[in-house]
Amino acid sequence: MSAFVIENASLYGDTTADLVMVDGEIASLSRADAPAEATVIDGSGLVALPGLVDLHTHLREPGREDAETIESGSRSAAKGGFVAVHAMANTTPTADTAGVVEQVWSRGREIGLVDVFPVGAVTVGLGGTQLSEMGAMANSRAQVRVFSDDGKCVHDPLLMRRALEYVKTFGGVVAQHSQDPRLTEGSQMNEGLVSSELGLAGWPSVAEESIIARDVLLAGHVGSRLHVCHLSTAGSVEIIRWAKAKGIDVTAEVMPHHLLLTDDSVRGYDPRFKVNPPLRTQEDVDAVRAGLADGTIDIVATDHAPHPDEDKDCEWGAAAMGMIGLETALGIVQKTMVDSGALSWRDVARVMSETPARIGLDHGHGRPLAVGEPANVTLVDPNAAWTVEPSHTASRSNNSPFGGIELPGRAAATFLRGVPTHLIPALEGASA
Amino acid sequence: MSGTVLGAPDIARALTRIAHEILERNEGHESLVLLGIPTRGVPLAARLAKRIAEVEPGFDAAANAGALDITMYRDDLRLQPTRTIGETTLPPAGIDDATVVLVDDVFHTGRTIRAALDAIKDLGRPRAVQLAVLVDRGHRELPIRADFVGKNLPTSKSERVDVHLEETDGVDEVLISRRAADTATGEAGE
Amino acid sequence: MKHLLGTDTLSREDAVLILDTAAQMAATQEREMRKLPTLRGRTVVNLFFEDSTRTRISFEAAAKRLSADVINFSAKGSSLSKGESLKDTALTLQAMGADAVVVRHWASGAAQRLAESDWMAGHVLNAGDGTHQHPTQALLDAFTIRRHLVGGGTDAEATGKALEGLTVAIVGDILHSRVAGSNIPLLKTLGANVVVVAPPTLLPYGMAARTDIAVHYTLDEAIEAHDIDAIMMLRVQRERMTGGGSGFFPSPEEYTRLFGLDAERFARLADHAIVLHPGPMNRGLEISAEAADHPRSVIVEQVSNGVAVRMAALYLLLAGEEASA
Repeated sequence: MSAFVIENASLYGDTTADLVMVDGEIASLSRADAPAEATVIDGSGLVALPGLVDLHTHLREPGREDAETIESGSRSAAKGGFVAVHAMANTTPTADTAGVVEQVWSRGREIGLVDVFPVGAVTVGLGGTQLSEMGAMANSRAQVRVFSDDGKCVHDPLLMRRALEYVKTFGGVVAQHSQDPRLTEGSQMNEGLVSSELGLAGWPSVAEESIIARDVLLAGHVGSRLHVCHLSTAGSVEIIRWAKAKGIDVTAEVMPHHLLLTDDSVRGYDPRFKVNPPLRTQEDVDAVRAGLADGTIDIVATDHAPHPDEDKDCEWGAAAMGMIGLETALGIVQKTMVDSGALSWRDVARVMSETPARIGLDHGHGRPLAVGEPANVTLVDPNAAWTVEPSHTASRSNNSPFGGIELPGRAAATFLRGVPTHLIPALEGASA
Repeated sequence: MSGTVLGAPDIARALTRIAHEILERNEGHESLVLLGIPTRGVPLAARLAKRIAEVEPGFDAAANAGALDITMYRDDLRLQPTRTIGETTLPPAGIDDATVVLVDDVFHTGRTIRAALDAIKDLGRPRAVQLAVLVDRGHRELPIRADFVGKNLPTSKSERVDVHLEETDGVDEVLISRRAADTATGEAGE
Repeated sequence: MKHLLGTDTLSREDAVLILDTAAQMAATQEREMRKLPTLRGRTVVNLFFEDSTRTRISFEAAAKRLSADVINFSAKGSSLSKGESLKDTALTLQAMGADAVVVRHWASGAAQRLAESDWMAGHVLNAGDGTHQHPTQALLDAFTIRRHLVGGGTDAEATGKALEGLTVAIVGDILHSRVAGSNIPLLKTLGANVVVVAPPTLLPYGMAARTDIAVHYTLDEAIEAHDIDAIMMLRVQRERMTGGGSGFFPSPEEYTRLFGLDAERFARLADHAIVLHPGPMNRGLEISAEAADHPRSVIVEQVSNGVAVRMAALYLLLAGEEASA
């Protein structure tokens, strides 16, 4: 029997209760019902949330195990408070067949630290010309429901239409990386006053917004679900707001770095700030924060993108795009949204657990903290101020732009079906 | 010792005497070129040239008094903050076969003059090079001597000598004072 | 001055100092003995990740005239084929004892990365990084303009002075030009009125909205609106103009019609106006033979001024005591 009781935690930051977890389920909200042999964890001062779900992660395996493996990625996710991650398809080979997604799925299960839900590619080899066998991937043991060519944009409007229509077959969703390739050839950073000053080719906001505008209209026309990955501009927020008002079934995600950093960070040419979509202006940061607060943006996802040192320890033009983020996401959301009052912890549960699980159709995740539900719990310590040190991470890579930044809190413990996958030493408790 | 060691009249008399000594030694003004070492060597060279022209009217003071900046030939550049490079002005005819008289305000270690000799070597081949200084304060670090000296001023290393001239400082005087702590602070000449 | 990475961080005082020092260096280049012992024993490495014989030779001449030892390091690579790593190259140079590295690179910001990383300890002189900055080019342009328009033809008259009251026009592909990237801030720092002439497709984001410089979409309009004292024609890259359907411009012919400095436009400039070009020229495209070869063209002189300015830069970076970083 596996039994844990978290005493005196603040559920959703609202009500103090105990969480008695027996054999993978929440058995009771009162410690009196805890079995004698249950391990006791002191939850005072901690906030209990349903286990966090990341709809957008890159685990790099198969193909780039030098940057990350499913195991190191799982470890990093658990440390960050995540119980489930959706692993993007831009691996080598591409996750465009049942074979590859089943391989990733079983490896995730074998390691058992997080539930790994592989994302299936929309097009073969991410080539943008031919639909992949999405049905096969949906019916495989991996039960894929989220499809994305992330890293690349499904640019051809006809192909995007077909994909949106086709996923209705199994209730799937297309998650689009919105970037018009023609408007962003050779782009290095956000197009703006800073890019002019630094002599770096610009990535204009309109390249994101024009694709989102097209896609929401297509989704509306064919009556399908659309998910917009890593939304980063003020204009994009407005388009989503408009689309939802028209009743179009669209959801959107924002990344922690777009909640905190601007293109000013690029001064100095440190490639740790090089990411796609790029860091934008303060106006954009303000708009996405407001969008996340009012629900226009539905979720926070990490876009955890590990890269080996040599791809970042170089000149900007030669560097890879992307940042790791599984372990800093919660702290940044707290810093930018909770501590400023824009989001409550209940809202954090919504945007980092319930809604991503709903979009990804992740059964058993994003469930309420209530008796009878799976014991997927993230215990947050909102008073554990810490300074980010990029090399102190379970990820194989160190490419975090947040080095030296102080974050107000972090995940103190993560439980996947009642088993602790992450537990800070201070909480390793005695038996009841 | 501290205070004013030479006043304006003393300086004037010294320069007049040096001008005559230069003419006597070189048996006239023919091929004579005076090159002052910036900063204060330059006005001193101009004054000497003027006095020479007063005695020997055939001497073109304007053309034959100039400046020789030695910054790029110094042996101690790396020991100080970057120095500004000054002007070098030579007579239109150059210095080949001329008798060049270097003029400086204070003669100290001799390193400035050594750099000046290196600079001259790259500018031409004078028939002879002589040295005129307003003040010789001793403490030579190289085997170099002055041909014409305004005043011999034995000093200790802990003292500093400052030359002020009308053209650069608004007054003519030579002062001696105690050196502040250890490091040399832009004292005139070396 | 530890590094020379760009003109946007140069104060007016430092800029004038470089110009005055360049004047002294230029004077030494008039002598029979053009070599000075000033940087004897120092090692200057020319680290060129982009081919450029002219600029490399100019820096080499400058270093050698100051008696420094010169090592030429030509590294391969581009944004498409990464080639030699900047970091590893820098570590090698550090091991070889480079006192200063003159670096030209295809990536904007490469010089700054080199200067601010801990890969090597020497002084970094930016010889052109991507489409960002090319400070010695702008300095030699300013030096040339100052000599002619402030000094009346000599440097002596211009000592200590900047470019106040002068109107300088820069014409061409501003967006991709590191020469413009350095010239615009430097000319402004030196007090000149800056006029930029380019089609909207070749202007960086936000430049047309600036109130501190004048922007015109045709050369005729600029000549009409301003009394131009110095006009700088930038090289047009034919491939960039019309290539691959992402052409910034319909055709070279249309470019010449709207932006070329032909004889007719040249005649409309003031009698004292001088013509500059960073080279190499596309005769007949951005500049006509008449303008390029006219007595008021200072294009050839720019090259020799380049050596003097680079001598000044090397002197100011290397000759003084090593300031603690």
